[in-house]
Amino acid sequence: MSLLIPVAVVSGLGLFFGLGLSYASKVFEVKVDERIGQVREMLPGANCGACGFSGCDGLAEAIVNGEATPNRCPVGGMSMVEAISKFMGIDAGSVEPKEARVMCNGTCDNAERKYTYFGIEDCHSANALAGGMNSCSYSCLGLGSCRKVCPFDAIEVENGVARNISEKCTGCGKCVAECPKGIIRLVPVTSGFTVFCSNQDKGAVARKNCKVACIACRKCEKACPSSAITVENNLAVIDPEKCINCGECEKVCPQSCISNAKAKCFA
Amino acid sequence: MKELFAILIGAMFVENFVLSKFLGICPFLGVSKKTSTAVGMSGAVVFVLVLSQAATWLINEYLLVPNNLEYLQTIAFILAIAALVQLVETVLKKLIPSLYKALGVYLPLITTNCAVLGSALLFVERDYTFVQAVVFGFAAGLGFTMALILFSGIRERLEACDIPEAFKGMPITLIAASLVSVTFVGFAGLIIP
Repeated sequence: MSLLIPVAVVSGLGLFFGLGLSYASKVFEVKVDERIGQVREMLPGANCGACGFSGCDGLAEAIVNGEATPNRCPVGGMSMVEAISKFMGIDAGSVEPKEARVMCNGTCDNAERKYTYFGIEDCHSANALAGGMNSCSYSCLGLGSCRKVCPFDAIEVENGVARNISEKCTGCGKCVAECPKGIIRLVPVTSGFTVFCSNQDKGAVARKNCKVACIACRKCEKACPSSAITVENNLAVIDPEKCINCGECEKVCPQSCISNAKAKCFA
Repeated sequence: MKELFAILIGAMFVENFVLSKFLGICPFLGVSKKTSTAVGMSGAVVFVLVLSQAATWLINEYLLVPNNLEYLQTIAFILAIAALVQLVETVLKKLIPSLYKALGVYLPLITTNCAVLGSALLFVERDYTFVQAVVFGFAAGLGFTMALILFSGIRERLEACDIPEAFKGMPITLIAASLVSVTFVGFAGLIIP
């Protein structure tokens, strides 16, 4: 009897907790969309995080919820994108691939320097020292933090400014999150003409700090036949959806900060 | 009321679970790399500590003591804590998904946090009443939180320091932890009437 009571107590407790938990899991059951599991099966399963989500599970959930498109995954290739698009009933052709673009032309020749930076080669460190060595506080620091974070070797630093290599860029957006200046943007790969400047200072200040800064003169805004350009916060922005790639803006820009990204040879 | 306050201050400072009693060292070293994760872990620990103190006190008082089964405390408490953590996880997932996501992997980790079991065994030793035991658990959780956040701040600063090669990583972390622990010895003389 003295043996039975402890055995009964412990197994009773175990049974009680077990039943309680199984009941609780029924009552508090969270319905999971079964399509998430199926989409997850179609993804590569490498959990590399290049899509910007925590892993393939995160992307699968976002695809099913309509928050992301299958082509966010740069690993699976076109066949996977088509398979998932077909499964989800979205048109694979309508998904527009994007690429990253560094919105700055402040090369060593163009941008004025406040000081010479001797610290470690990291944009965050330089940025912590009075916003970096460039006089323009919206400029690329050229220390390659984005290059280090890029999983596809699609960024190189040339003459003090980071440039993406269009053929290698998958639009994963890791560099966009990494840049301490926030001057890397994702644009549709089809968009050509781009304002390579992020400066939001007034024209006079911007011009003083950099030879090729946007001075918000609004010439491009007026010249644009499809009204795709708007000047906001002293900076011209091209809406890639309206842009017809006619090139009028490049012709009128007095600072030559607008240029055709597709015509440039960075590779 | 005075007694409860004494328990609160005592468990937080005088016998801080991490720094004086050396309980819960695993999460103390494991998740103190960043302050944000330290806060998440501490939140989950406070939550579970309070609930587990209540549950284990009831089990002890109404199941183990009447049957003279005090020697089963360890196994019964572990059973209760594990089940409780699981239950909390299930309930949070359904009712407060945002908190569930914020706590993430730390929630199931608490099952193996010896601070939870330690505080359960301690209230038995000290013959605490139900309210005292719950306050004790809450204070232990707060002490854990304080230690974790303090230490995560130190570790974040250690990252930027020039540390000799041989001490890099865990060694310097342990040295720093022991120094923090030594400072808490100063509270040992604090006696609340």
